[in-house]
Amino acid sequence: MADVNLTIDGKKVTAPAGTLLIEAAKSAGIEVPSFCYYPNLSLQGACRMCLVKIEKMPKLQTACTTVISEGMMVTTDSDEVRQARKGMIELLLGNHPLDCPVCDAGGECELQDMTFSYGAAESRFIDVKNHRDEQQWSPVVYFDRPRCILCYRCVRVCGEGMDVWALGVQHRGVSSTIVPNQEDHLECEECGMCIDICPVGALTSGAYRYKTRPWEMKHVGTTCTHCADGCKTTLGVRRCSTGTELVRGDNRDKSGINGDFLCIKGRYGFDFAHHEDRLHQPLIRRNGRLTPCTWEEAFQLTGERLRQIRDREGGDAIAVIGSTRTTNEENYLLQKFARTVLGTNHIDHHRTADYPALVAALAGHPKLTASMRELFEAPAMLLIGNDPTRQHPLLAWQIRNNVRLHRARLYLVNAQPIKLRRQASSFFAIPAGREAEVAAFLAGQDSAVAAIASETSPEAWIRWRDQLRREPKLVVMFGSEIRGDAVASLIKFAADLPEAKLICLGDYANSRGAADMGLYPDLLPGYHPVTEVGEFHKDWGGVPEKPGLSLRQMAEHAQAGKLKALYVVGANPVEELGLDPFVFSQSFVVVEDLFLTETAAIADVVLPAANAYEKSGTFTNTCGDLQLVKKAGEVTGTKSDFEIIVRIADAMGVAVRKLVPFGRGSRADMGQSRGAQSGEADRHSVWLEARGLEPKMSPFDPMAILDEIQRLVPGYDVSRLHLLAGMDQHTSLSGSGPGTKHDPSAIMPARDDLFSSGTLGRYCRTLNAVLENGHKLAAEEEVAAE
Amino acid sequence: MADLVSHPDEVKVVSKRFGLGATEIDRYLELDGYKAVRKALGMAPESIIAEVKDSGLRGRGGAGFNTGLKWSFVPKQSPKPKYILCNGDESEPGTCKDRLIFEHDPHSVIEGVTIAGLAVGAHVGYIYIRGEYRYLSEIMQKAIRQAYARGFLGKNILGSGFDFDVYWHGGAGAYEVGEESALMESLEGKRGIPRIRPPFPAVVGLWGGPTVINNAETLASVPHILLGGAEWYAKLGTPKNGGTRLFCLSGRLNRPGVYELPMGYNLKKMIYDVGGGMAQGHTLKAVVPGGSSTPLLTREEIDVPMDFDSLMKVGSMLGSGGVVIVDDSACMVKFALRIMSFYQHESCGWCIPCREGTDWLKKTLTRFHSGGGVRKDIDDLQYLSENMLGRTFCPLGDAAAMPTISIVKKFRKEFEDHLDGKPCPLEKAEAIERSPVMA
Ligand SMILES: Cc1cc2nc3c(=O)[nH]c(=O)nc-3n(C[C@H](O)[C@H](O)[C@H](O)COP(=O)(O)O)c2cc1C
Ligand code: SF4
Ligand code: SF4
Ligand code: SF4
Ligand code: FES
Repeated sequence: MADVNLTIDGKKVTAPAGTLLIEAAKSAGIEVPSFCYYPNLSLQGACRMCLVKIEKMPKLQTACTTVISEGMMVTTDSDEVRQARKGMIELLLGNHPLDCPVCDAGGECELQDMTFSYGAAESRFIDVKNHRDEQQWSPVVYFDRPRCILCYRCVRVCGEGMDVWALGVQHRGVSSTIVPNQEDHLECEECGMCIDICPVGALTSGAYRYKTRPWEMKHVGTTCTHCADGCKTTLGVRRCSTGTELVRGDNRDKSGINGDFLCIKGRYGFDFAHHEDRLHQPLIRRNGRLTPCTWEEAFQLTGERLRQIRDREGGDAIAVIGSTRTTNEENYLLQKFARTVLGTNHIDHHRTADYPALVAALAGHPKLTASMRELFEAPAMLLIGNDPTRQHPLLAWQIRNNVRLHRARLYLVNAQPIKLRRQASSFFAIPAGREAEVAAFLAGQDSAVAAIASETSPEAWIRWRDQLRREPKLVVMFGSEIRGDAVASLIKFAADLPEAKLICLGDYANSRGAADMGLYPDLLPGYHPVTEVGEFHKDWGGVPEKPGLSLRQMAEHAQAGKLKALYVVGANPVEELGLDPFVFSQSFVVVEDLFLTETAAIADVVLPAANAYEKSGTFTNTCGDLQLVKKAGEVTGTKSDFEIIVRIADAMGVAVRKLVPFGRGSRADMGQSRGAQSGEADRHSVWLEARGLEPKMSPFDPMAILDEIQRLVPGYDVSRLHLLAGMDQHTSLSGSGPGTKHDPSAIMPARDDLFSSGTLGRYCRTLNAVLENGHKLAAEEEVAAE
Repeated sequence: MADLVSHPDEVKVVSKRFGLGATEIDRYLELDGYKAVRKALGMAPESIIAEVKDSGLRGRGGAGFNTGLKWSFVPKQSPKPKYILCNGDESEPGTCKDRLIFEHDPHSVIEGVTIAGLAVGAHVGYIYIRGEYRYLSEIMQKAIRQAYARGFLGKNILGSGFDFDVYWHGGAGAYEVGEESALMESLEGKRGIPRIRPPFPAVVGLWGGPTVINNAETLASVPHILLGGAEWYAKLGTPKNGGTRLFCLSGRLNRPGVYELPMGYNLKKMIYDVGGGMAQGHTLKAVVPGGSSTPLLTREEIDVPMDFDSLMKVGSMLGSGGVVIVDDSACMVKFALRIMSFYQHESCGWCIPCREGTDWLKKTLTRFHSGGGVRKDIDDLQYLSENMLGRTFCPLGDAAAMPTISIVKKFRKEFEDHLDGKPCPLEKAEAIERSPVMA
């Protein structure tokens, strides 16, 4: 768009035509105060805080609703403007309770900040303030009406942003109030976006209210541990008797792929960390009962038994099940440990999406995957199957808001009338389980139309496909319904479009990472078949080259008495995958977990692990975006899976440095490159060390193995600097190994909904409170009613 | 139904058919009814607009914008349907003229709406009637039915090939919905909250289509202009203030009532001649010249012609034609309180200054009037009002602030008299009202 020139406070400013004055001012570093204005939400003009003087206009004008025009002369700091702001704050504070000392928002309240910057020192108000008692609207949302300044942000973010429309305004004048959709309570997606966006302490979080003050917390930006979308979340951490306590989750750092967004799990689903069932001590089975022991004993026993079994029975007698919620570094380390130390390829995880098929089909089509950010900018989107509103809340947010803000076209094909159809430019219903036929039809197999054209005529399907083929930039999204050959069909279709990209939807926080890091019996990191160890051979030495057993085969192996040891890291296959616990009664079972899960209950050794909020590393979301996981909290008695694996290896008598190449870079060339004498380098490192500047490079430092990942896993060679700075980077699958075709039935989608999150979810008090509340999504009822 | 009054100085244009049974279409037709539409059907749209513009007809809803000029802003081509909206929400305290038009001459409004439709190329008109005027809705409904039956509305009106539909719509009891954009929201079935402007209704109005919105009296004047000619109408009034308007005289007068007088009629004469002067035993204290939203004039300021420009010159407004006479028995603090109670009750609550300002002012005035005032309240009343003025989202905030500022400025002494243990010099002390107002 053409640029427009204007003058603000004597400064020449140039901005694209159509820019709002408030944004133009911001771009020039001039703050215009605002309450009701919020980028990407509809304009209100309600708070009148942004009044500025525009030459030739008799009255002050709202900068938030004024579009800039050529030659505009604007003043934002005249006496008149200052008085207007001051007057507005005074009026606002008249009825405001000013209970800042107990208010949750105190210390991070926009009204406080505005009052300090623009308000009056003293109040003229001497009458009685209007009062109303606070109300609980849901397990997570409370409303303290007198604090509300009626900026309508909550109403808009819920309606426009979430498409839930659970909040509204009732009554008029000074009696105006925000109200929930069910008269006295809310039935909604409980995302808490309204709380987050509230500039004051009117909407407060059931999980956080009255717990602490913002300045008493440390704020740690990390990645959500629940679904596979990878929202950036900021955890508020406070010291407590058992280490540190996570007291809040929010998205105060809006730089993440999720921007403003967090769903209920990202915002409230951190309290599992402090659940009273959390394990704080290793357990060893003695006389048939799991009894507490020291870490030393646990490592000793585990190391010894695993070594014995390996040495006596060979690696074939050992199997490993990895996690979809541990970091990339841990996953990489785990499979490296399995392959190089335990000598087995029997390693698998809970597969929820067919990434290997994606990789296989993508061969020869590099850069065909889309990032979460690209999705938001895509002019057209196709989604086959899945219900992102429930399974991929961030993805749903991106889709919805891409349609709303960029008028993107959304093509939906689904067996259910999913909520996103409200944004769809076309919605085609298909019989359940026919997603693969849709893929085949897209790939050009016209005969497949018979299987899908139940509600829509074959002609309409053909017109639809023609239209899709004309889409210049299409992002194609699909979930677990599309596996194996169907993935190949879709990619065949996409590859023929000018610039189509794909997103394959897995279910857990690091499902993609688990796949990328090679938690497969037949695939090494980067989807290299174990039969072609190549680079890895050089690095790792011996690697068994025969593909190992899949999860289900492990159970059969155990049943046949051939599995002597099972090592489970952060997974609960007994509950989540229906693995028969009794088949392992003859095996030595080691389980690392937070809780005594159904799987841990059958273990011989249970090792209390730290969760993703208590350690550092990286996650890869389902799109392939690599992000930093940063340690926020700490719970006494637990260890990260990374450390546990290293300690077990150590107990087995392994040279740990071979597993984790730590402390390698004692930069001997540092001094030389600066032209100094030898010896200089040593002094330099002494100096660095003394100041704590040199990275610790301990065997427990996941960064040490990240070096190896970046070197050996194609696509992961992203900027370390950006990574550590907390930025997301897309790992394209280009250069990956050839992938493979797996038995499609090995994929078992998580049974999670918006308020559940596998085993972890069962220990989230807040999620449970919402579920116990007999909670139904209002949207679900609405879909059903239609 | 209200009794009609009359005075020899009256020039009856919009009130011409009052009391003559014109609600019946046959009677209306006998009294030149629907002749103007016939004439308009033979005119080019531009000529209709020019005629109205030249007549100097200015909006009778309060702002006094030239009606023809407003119509000329409607784009000729529009992908969305255009609409004519008749604003019959009449809720301004002191104003009771539109109701007489609806009661006595509903067809003139239908005719005016139709002519506006012809002028701007709209095919649908809405007549929005104040919720409390239920009986008028019935009269209007009947009139619309009759107009359809006789072919003045509907498809191909009077065989002209022009289609025009008119619907009536009842309000739900909010003054704010008289504000044009809030009215459109209300008509669309939403909360009566004003809209951001620009875009203005002439470009983006009802359901996003270009919309002409006019007061009922404005539209009822249009047929007369077309029949009598722009020149005739303009000459009835003063320069740039064409024609006549209905003045609603209220207060302790000998002959209060609604009179149709030429624009520019002298206010003093209006009170003492037309209204028959102050009732026995009362003297004049102040005048609200154009509905409760307009700044008050003192006894000394009433020698002024009642047209838009002259009143602007003396720091007030002609407004909606509601002339309220305040006599010596009225306490000005109580008067300010009464006005503020109205605005506090009617504020839609959308924007901070009006929502909070009216509430705060009402509380202060309540306390002040019942004896709890302190000296700084007087300045605070003015300060707060001035902080609302010109800064609200819609003019309702101004409407609350302007009279208050004028009362505090012009009757400061009465405020001071309330201090120091004199609750109200004119009334017995009342208990302090302190009830919170939140619903
Ligand atoms: C708070 C408020 C209330 C209003 N109420 C009315 C009303 O009841 N009737 C009316 O005709 N105009 C009312 N107006 C003026 C309308 O906004 C609008 O200017 C008018 O309908 C335009 O018609 P006119 O040009 O014929 O006057 C009101 C304005 C405001 C700000
Ligand atoms: S509750 Fe908060 S976000 Fe909602 S209107 Fe009130 S102040 Fe604004
Ligand atoms: S959308 Fe997924 S990643 Fe984002 S907060 Fe929710 S569960 Fe976490
Ligand atoms: S001034 Fe503001 S609060 Fe008052 S009626 Fe207008 S929009 Fe509503
Ligand atoms: S920010 Fe402009 S009116 Fe609220």
